[in-house]
Amino acid sequence: MTAAIGTRGVSRRFPGVIANDCITFDVVPGEVHAVLGENGSGKTTLCKILAGLYRPDEGDVVIDDEVVRFNSPRDAYESGVFMVQQHFSLVERLTVADNVVLGWSKRRGFRHRRKEVEAEVAATAEQFHLEVDPSAYVWQLSVGERQRVEILKALYRGARILILDEPTTVLTPQECEHLFDSLREMTANGASVIFVSHKLREVMAVCDRVTVLRKGRVVGSVDIDEDGADPRMLARLMVGREISLMTKPPANVPDDAPVALDVAGLRVANDFGRLRLKDVSLQVRRGEIVGLAGVAGNGQRELAEAISGLRERQAGTVTVGDQPLRSSSPRHAIESRLAYVPEDRLGTGLVATLKVTDNVVLKDFRSPELSWGPVIRSDKVHARTRRLMEQFDVRGTPDNTVRQLSGGNAQKVLLAREMSSDPVVLVVAAPTQGLDISATESVRSLLLEAAASGVGVLLISEDLDEVLDLADRVAVIYDGRIMGVVDAEGADRDEIGLMMAGMEVGA
Amino acid sequence: MIRLERRLDTPSWLSIAVVLFAFGMGLLLAAVVLLVTDHNPLSTYHSMLRAGFTNPGALSSTLVNATPILLTALCALVAIRMRIYNIGGEGQLYMGAMGAAGMGIALGGAPRPMVMVGMIAGGCLAGALWAAIPGFLRSRLSTNEILTTLMLNYVAGLFVYYLIFNSHSYWRDLTSGNAKFYPQGKTLDRADWWPALHFGHLVIPTGFIIGLVLAAVVWWTLRSTRAGFQLRVIAGSQSAARYAGIRTKRAVLSVMVVSGGLAGVAGASMVGDFTHMLDPNGLQQAQFGYAGIVAAALVGFNPLAAVIGAIFIGSLTNAGFQLQGATFPQGLVGVIEGIILLCVLGAQFLTTYRIRRAPRRDPAAPAAAASGPALADQTPVLDASPTFAGRDLEPVTEP
Repeated sequence: MTAAIGTRGVSRRFPGVIANDCITFDVVPGEVHAVLGENGSGKTTLCKILAGLYRPDEGDVVIDDEVVRFNSPRDAYESGVFMVQQHFSLVERLTVADNVVLGWSKRRGFRHRRKEVEAEVAATAEQFHLEVDPSAYVWQLSVGERQRVEILKALYRGARILILDEPTTVLTPQECEHLFDSLREMTANGASVIFVSHKLREVMAVCDRVTVLRKGRVVGSVDIDEDGADPRMLARLMVGREISLMTKPPANVPDDAPVALDVAGLRVANDFGRLRLKDVSLQVRRGEIVGLAGVAGNGQRELAEAISGLRERQAGTVTVGDQPLRSSSPRHAIESRLAYVPEDRLGTGLVATLKVTDNVVLKDFRSPELSWGPVIRSDKVHARTRRLMEQFDVRGTPDNTVRQLSGGNAQKVLLAREMSSDPVVLVVAAPTQGLDISATESVRSLLLEAAASGVGVLLISEDLDEVLDLADRVAVIYDGRIMGVVDAEGADRDEIGLMMAGMEVGA
Repeated sequence: MIRLERRLDTPSWLSIAVVLFAFGMGLLLAAVVLLVTDHNPLSTYHSMLRAGFTNPGALSSTLVNATPILLTALCALVAIRMRIYNIGGEGQLYMGAMGAAGMGIALGGAPRPMVMVGMIAGGCLAGALWAAIPGFLRSRLSTNEILTTLMLNYVAGLFVYYLIFNSHSYWRDLTSGNAKFYPQGKTLDRADWWPALHFGHLVIPTGFIIGLVLAAVVWWTLRSTRAGFQLRVIAGSQSAARYAGIRTKRAVLSVMVVSGGLAGVAGASMVGDFTHMLDPNGLQQAQFGYAGIVAAALVGFNPLAAVIGAIFIGSLTNAGFQLQGATFPQGLVGVIEGIILLCVLGAQFLTTYRIRRAPRRDPAAPAAAASGPALADQTPVLDASPTFAGRDLEPVTEP
């Protein structure tokens, strides 16, 4: 069968990363084709290449079996390829109809005939069962409705191939069902849909075939019906299994070790005010590493921020040692000896434009050891910086700005500061993301050292291998809930993979 | 294809070289304008140099202009170092002049040092309180401080005008002969006028000395104190500051208050050193508050170098007054000054970016690299935010 759209050996590199490595896949007309993969597996890059936003370094994009070269997204529209990105590109102060015709309209002529445009847009909406009022202003719409406007925009422009990048992350379950109905309607009309996701349940529900990516490569191509795909099989393909870098020595944390971090009944809203953590409870004992596994965007960031005081809690308590933390007070968390290595190292954990010396004392500059009244004692700051740089083997000079350091060295500066603060609890998020192998190795050994010295470590990572290698226990988070907690030793990866994808697993 | 690449760091010789080069280019460009308008550029520049520095008494007049400009430059740069844009140095200076004049009148007859301290305190406090209004709005309600500070300049200007021209306020002189014909402020006792240092022909106003001291204090505070550290962190990253337990909202208010206080001292110096009364028209014509922003920007918001910036702008203003005449209209003076300033300010772009000629990667597709979204994958992108001397100048956004 001819391919509606596909790639032939497409590769795309970014500095330090191969985002896509020789990817070949086909989407046939009239199917919903899932591109499944963990974060950083290259899904979004692939879609952007298809939509003309990136050009491949090597390889070709084909449409109807003909090689095409897209020099801009506009070329892609003209071939009928349209991508709905995770962040919508709508003008809030215009109406739905105006947004749909913005930049491209079926109509010719100078005048903008509002009523006629609205009628046209309404007709397209009707045809594909996209319920949305063409005369409503975009700012009045919910996120789900805005997504419908984006899809409507594509269909109005005669899209034959619609690419949806993680379309369901912002939707409620009901809105998802609604979206799936529209997608089925589109494919029944002969269009193709590329559905990017990491949620197995949705892929099983709406897609015909699946291409699974891992670390920029295609690791499997599955026909849902013919190959009898089940979530377990997809989870294994997606999560994979690799040679591990370093594994934890056998755990010997006694069950009665004192609790370092106690999170109980946490309810937290995301940036849009929607409830993101729904009653999360979690305990980390002293000397223990608890791994929080889960696909990105399931509430990990909100959990880390709620614990460290950066995000307001709606309900629930966070206790470090025996000290209950105040909500939304980072300073109280620091004073209660909670150390936190955020995922956003260069924007939050460190100040990239400042020197290593400044970053080393970022949290501690008020301490009597480092300051004399209002004056910071730069000799002490320098001494501490030199000591920590040596102890943690940071390559660079104290006067380098963090931006000048390599990613691994920057992360070591961050870990050095947090670990040297004599913490009770260390929360680390994606500690090795983007680091090369040797830096990953040293960061991992630092985390193990921290646990060995009696710190309770909460390791939040999307890299399941890392979690299983380092953690004593693994908690799995999905959609703001803890799906289950298992011992890392002898843990069943498939079971964890299923929980990560939101499947209930009978304990 | 020409690409702009962001420099990771700017060597200090480069910043100086670029400024000098740009100054030269500015003179060349302005020379074209002068030639077209039938003036000899060389003699014009020569007379500007003389009027700004070398004529008898010229340097002293330059310092008279440079004194308030130095203080308002400090006002602007303290805020901008934290990415808060206080455009309200102008209004804070008016209020400072009002506070200082009020104190000067109230303390009339007391020993001069006491009057001076009272005037400085009064000016500083009035400027600080005036700046606290936009500071409070910014920290509590995330109001755009550029707009609020700018609008409050007009309010302050009209308020001091009202005090002298439209009311029988405490500041207005209702008794002296002159005041019967034209409203004016109460003049301070001659004994309370601020002294000036005399070095031969050179006269250095007290306010300038205060400005030098404050420039050093600001420099030291930014460099070596906890307050300066917090300011650096907030400027570097708001979210890192919050993460480090720094109270960012309080910091915004504090910085505005300090900034306004510095402009208030400028107002006090205007009254104590020069006008000896609250003079709304004189203050508003001089526009020293805005000149301070330019002076600060010229030197990359460095407090010590602000002294040079202030003297430079002061001399330019002074030379402008001297040049004006029958054959040299005021508009032309403005054009010359504007060209020179624009070149020097614009050239700072070169210290933060390097221009590179890059070979096209893909000759088959020349358009794509330049088209909007595809730019996202070219690593050295030109940041959208304007920068001066390596500091990003995007407004701080409250979380």
